Formats: sequence, C-alpha cells, structure tokens
Amino acid sequence: MAWPGCGRDDGYVDEHTGPARERQAAPRDQPPWPPGGWHGGWHGQPSFRRHLSQRWGHGPLRRATGGRLAGGIAAAISERTGFDVTLVRIGLVVAALLSSGIALAAYVVAWLVVPAAGEETGIISRALTDRRGIGLAAGLASVLAMVLLIASVFGVGWFGSLAWPLVISVAGLVLIWRNATGDELAYLRTTAGTMIGEAEAGGWYRIMWRAIIAIALLGGGMAALLTGHRSSALLRPLGGEALVIAAFVVAFGPWWLHIARDLVVERQARARAEERADMASRVHDSVLQTLALIQRRADDPQRVVQLARAQERELRAWLFDGQAPGSLDEPGVTLAAGVRLIQQEVEAQHGTAVEAVTVGDCGLDDDLGALLAAAREATVNAAKWSGAPSVSLFAEVEPGEVSIFVRDRGQGFDPAAVPADRKGVAESIKARMARRGGSATVRSAPGEGTEVTLKMPRPPAARS
Amino acid sequence: MTGPASTGPASTGPASTGPASTGAPRTGPRGRPRVFIVDDHGLFRAGVRSELGDRVEVIGEADDVEPAIAAISSCLPDVVLLDVHMPGGGGQAVVAAVKPVHPQVRFLALSASDAPEDVIAVVRAGARGYVTKTISGTDLVDAVHRVAAGDAVFSPRLAGFVLDAFAAQPAADAGRVSFDPELDQLTNREREVLRLIARGYTYKEIARELYISVKTVETHVSSVLRKLQLSTRHQLTRWAAERRLT
Repeated sequence: MAWPGCGRDDGYVDEHTGPARERQAAPRDQPPWPPGGWHGGWHGQPSFRRHLSQRWGHGPLRRATGGRLAGGIAAAISERTGFDVTLVRIGLVVAALLSSGIALAAYVVAWLVVPAAGEETGIISRALTDRRGIGLAAGLASVLAMVLLIASVFGVGWFGSLAWPLVISVAGLVLIWRNATGDELAYLRTTAGTMIGEAEAGGWYRIMWRAIIAIALLGGGMAALLTGHRSSALLRPLGGEALVIAAFVVAFGPWWLHIARDLVVERQARARAEERADMASRVHDSVLQTLALIQRRADDPQRVVQLARAQERELRAWLFDGQAPGSLDEPGVTLAAGVRLIQQEVEAQHGTAVEAVTVGDCGLDDDLGALLAAAREATVNAAKWSGAPSVSLFAEVEPGEVSIFVRDRGQGFDPAAVPADRKGVAESIKARMARRGGSATVRSAPGEGTEVTLKMPRPPAARS
Repeated sequence: MTGPASTGPASTGPASTGPASTGAPRTGPRGRPRVFIVDDHGLFRAGVRSELGDRVEVIGEADDVEPAIAAISSCLPDVVLLDVHMPGGGGQAVVAAVKPVHPQVRFLALSASDAPEDVIAVVRAGARGYVTKTISGTDLVDAVHRVAAGDAVFSPRLAGFVLDAFAAQPAADAGRVSFDPELDQLTNREREVLRLIARGYTYKEIARELYISVKTVETHVSSVLRKLQLSTRHQLTRWAAERRLT
C-alpha cells in the first residue's frame, strides 16, 4: 500500500531467514517422553537435587526488587542461599557491628555494583557518568572525613574507628540516591520520606519524636566527649569543631541546593519530553487520521459530519476524562479482545473488511498495549491508503513473544522513496515499538501490497 | 484478503482430477464443478448462486438437513457448499450422513459465525475446508474448484483455529498410550504454512515465500487437514470444549 504519511523504514526484510524461522523451533515439538515423567524417584529425592540446583541458581546475582528494606541485597542473598531473609538481615547487622562498619560499607558498595533484578548494569554504570553526583559525594565525604579527622585528633577512638567505612557508605548512598531509576527511586523516596518526616501527615508527635531523638543523640555525644576528656578546656576545641562544620555547611550548602534543584529540573524536562512524544503519537493516531479521512470524504457531507462528531467525542473523552482514544486501556481487555476491537473500529470507520485471526491469548500489560496501538495504526494505514478491499490481521501469542502481522494486498509503496521527515510509520509504529523493547518491520513494494510485522518480547514472569 | 488461500484459476485449473470411482463424469460441461448449496436462508442461497456465476454449475439447493441428504444422495454433486449452522443438526449431520455412502462428494463449509468448535466439528466430520461467508465471489469460485480437485481449502481463520488447537504442548497428552506423533502433531513446515495462510497469503505467495512449489503447499495443507480429521488428541476435544464454554 502507498502510505503518503510513511517515514523511513528498513525496506525488504527477508523473513524467511529471520526470527520467524527460529520460532518454528519452539519446544512445542518435543516428544511427549517419558510417559510417566521422572518423578518416580531415583536415589530417593531427585526433586531435592533439582531444588538445590535451582536454589544455587545460574547466572549472576541480582538485587531483589520486591520484599526489600534497603538495597535488596539481603533478599537476594536469601533467595540465592535459601536462608530466611530475617536471618540474613540479622547476620548483616551483626557483621556491621563486629567489623566496625566495614560490612556496612561493603553493603553500600554491593548496592552500587550489583544490578537490580531484570537489569543488566548496576547503578555504578550510571553513577560513573554523573559528574555532579561524584562531586557531591566527594564533597560530602570530604566534610565527613574532616569531622572524623578532627575527632580522631582529640582521641575519640570509638568514633574514629567508624571513620572510613562511614565515609564510603555516605559517598555511596549519595551516588545511589542520585542514580537510582524507576521503581527503585520511588521506593527510596517513600522510605526516606517517612524517615526524615518529609510527609507532614504524621503531625506534631512525629516532630516531637525527632526532637527527642536529636536531643538524646546530642546529649550522648556531648557526654561521651566530656567523659572521654575530663578537662573543660576541651570544650573550646569542640566549639572550634562546630565552627569548622558550620563553615563547611556555609561554603557547600548553596552548591548542594543548586545541584538538588538542577536535578529536579532535569527530571521534569525528561518527563515533559516523553509526555510530548506520547501526545504527538496519540494525536497522530486519532485527530490527524480523522482529518485525512474527512478530506477524502469531502463529497459526502453526512459522512464528514459523522466523522467529525466521532472524533470530537473521542478527543473530549481523552482531554477531559483521561480516557485514551481506542479505549484499549479498559481493564480486563485481553490481546484477542484488543485485536477484535481494532477489527470492529477499522471496519466501522473505514469500511474496509478486516480478517482478524488470533492464536492464543494473554492479558495486556503496557508493552502489549503499545503493541496493540501500533497494530491499530498499521491497520488503519492499510485501510486508508492501500486501496485493498480487506486487510489481514494475524496475532500470535507465544511463550517468548507476541507477534502481530498486518497485511494488505493493495498498491504498496517503495519504502526507499518515502521522505525521511514524514511521520506515520516512523514515529507512531517504529518508535512506539522501540520504546518498549519491541520491533517493527515494514515490507512493501509497489503493486505487491504491504506487510507490517510487529514483535514484542514477553517478560519471563508473564510466560505461562 | 477475505477468502481462502487460493492461487487463482490459472493454477487451480478445471476440476478433473477427482477419483473416478463412480464412472459418471465428475464435472459438468466445460470442466465446471457441479455444486449443491445447503443453507437455511433463501436470500443467502440466491446470493451465493449469483456470486458463483457461470464458472460453476449449481445443480440444486436445500434449506434443511433431511432434504439436503436426500437430494445430495440422488444428484451426487462434486461440491456441496454447506452452512455450518442449521436447525436439525447443522452441516455436521449432512456430512455425517452422506460421506460414508458417497465418499466422492466433497464438502466445503461456509459459516457466518466464528464459533471455532462448530467449524472444527464440520471439518472433522469430513468437510474439505472452511470459508467465511464474507468471502468474495471470485475467491469462492476458486475455493470450489480447489475442493473439487480434491485439495483442502483453509481460510485464514481456519488456519488460526488449527494452530491454536495444535499449539499446546503435546506433553499434556503424554499419558495416553495411543499418542501418535505422526497424527497428533504438526510439523514445523506445516505450522509455517498455516501461519502464512493466517497472515493472508495465497498458496502461490506461500510457495514463493518458502521456496517450495504450489503443489508442495497443497500437500502440506492436505496433510494438516488429514491430521485435523484423524487425530484423536485429547487436546483437540478439550480445546473445542474450552472454546464452547467461553
């Protein structure tokens, strides 16, 4: 089909040698042997052996994202070794106390280096490119080091021994705070929020508690310092120490604030850019498509009014009720239902028959929602531009991926001849799929029709 | 494309390859297949008649199961266009009554509804294929010729049904003694062919895509049809039962 609105694409894709072939080798074809299974026992406990081999697992260690208190290290260790998570935590705390903080530093380093479950690289890989974060961590570490140095000069031994692990931990935590992503960041925010009392919901007694803890700490610290050195003359260096700290705060405070503010601005900008891309592809899907349709049907006033009214309804629903066009967002919609929805919609709006076939079915997540949106776009394109009386829409759910093929037998187009700056396939379909880790290929030639192949991998958890 | 996977009249050719078991001419004048239409809607029968035009010879029609069995048994058409849903047992009953007595009569199921279990039932009873009623006239003529020639006709939807029905791990049936991998499983190549049919490819396009001949495609499709009809996989019946429930 000719898609005037098409952007760049990959041209011919030889599917014969592509992933389609690999899918054929899916384990469905395994012979059904052995009939009785091998649970029958073999040295008594084969399942125990398998259990062990599963427990000691394969592949690198990953931090747990669920059921964690801080970095998810304890949960990961517990999952790997099979010990109870509480036991592991107690072990870690004891180790931290006995090793005078070295275990704590090790924990923070592990948090930085070990990737979270489902990710390839640890926080450290992002932190290394975060110059400001490194600067901030270095600044904070230097302040702390200075304080500890001064403390050790005055012979506060128990304080001094904690020094270097503490410096490493604080620097590490700063980097984690700045470079954590997605869910982890949200988790840190809420945890830290409740700890610092950022959420004001707690009311006055929370503030009171904080004051009591602060006073207790202050009192303890003062007492320790004073009893450690039975000479009131030491109060003067202590005052000096406080002054040094104050100096550091005054010197670095504005800088820290500035960094924090920059960080917020940067995040907002990124969120806005994503929002804009999303909005652009939605508007393209609905409003621009309808306008193009109205131009083509200009000789049929009744149809034009009907189209305009339908578009108005859809736009209002989206703008004021937050309901996305296409209504694929409704809860409980499965992939097969989504494909049927596309079929009905396109048949109703464009008068082109859609032959929809689905094999297998599964629930929708954000990725598959994006896949359906891309399929809808491809089907609408085919209905509008190909000139073919019908469009084939084939969706197949497999354990590892979901693929949708949209094919028409229309006029086709030369993918190489489409200007690179046109929207359509380029943004709406390919970018949408790429953003979610999927792929889209368009195969077309003048006179030969067009086939759009969309593939979205499924996360291991969703496989049944 | 709405219709069955077809290669067009050029490659289909006039139906002249049927088994000559009856001695009577298998085709009408000019190689036109003799067609009988069974459907309980008069309007639909008239529509099909006019769509088929003069490329086939319509020798009769019936609107119910009993008259259809009687008429088909007496006039012995090449192809019976059969509505899946009819009062009195549906298309399945017609196939079941005629097929054992007159194996040379071929059936092509036509259905407006998409209920997979009914379609599978008719095909398992002996129909050579299934097309939806939205099929275009030319495609329907092609499908009739193909069935008359003894080949199978798979619409994209039927291909989807079959893929779905055979999709589950055969391990689910592993406990059975009678599991026959020859019959109860599709080969990779057959699956490839079915996928392409479901994607709207014609036999000719499939042949080009897979670098095989149209004849080989037809062989694969016929083999799938055979498996569909003969397989005793639990999976098939369970699959159909599940579809009926939902």
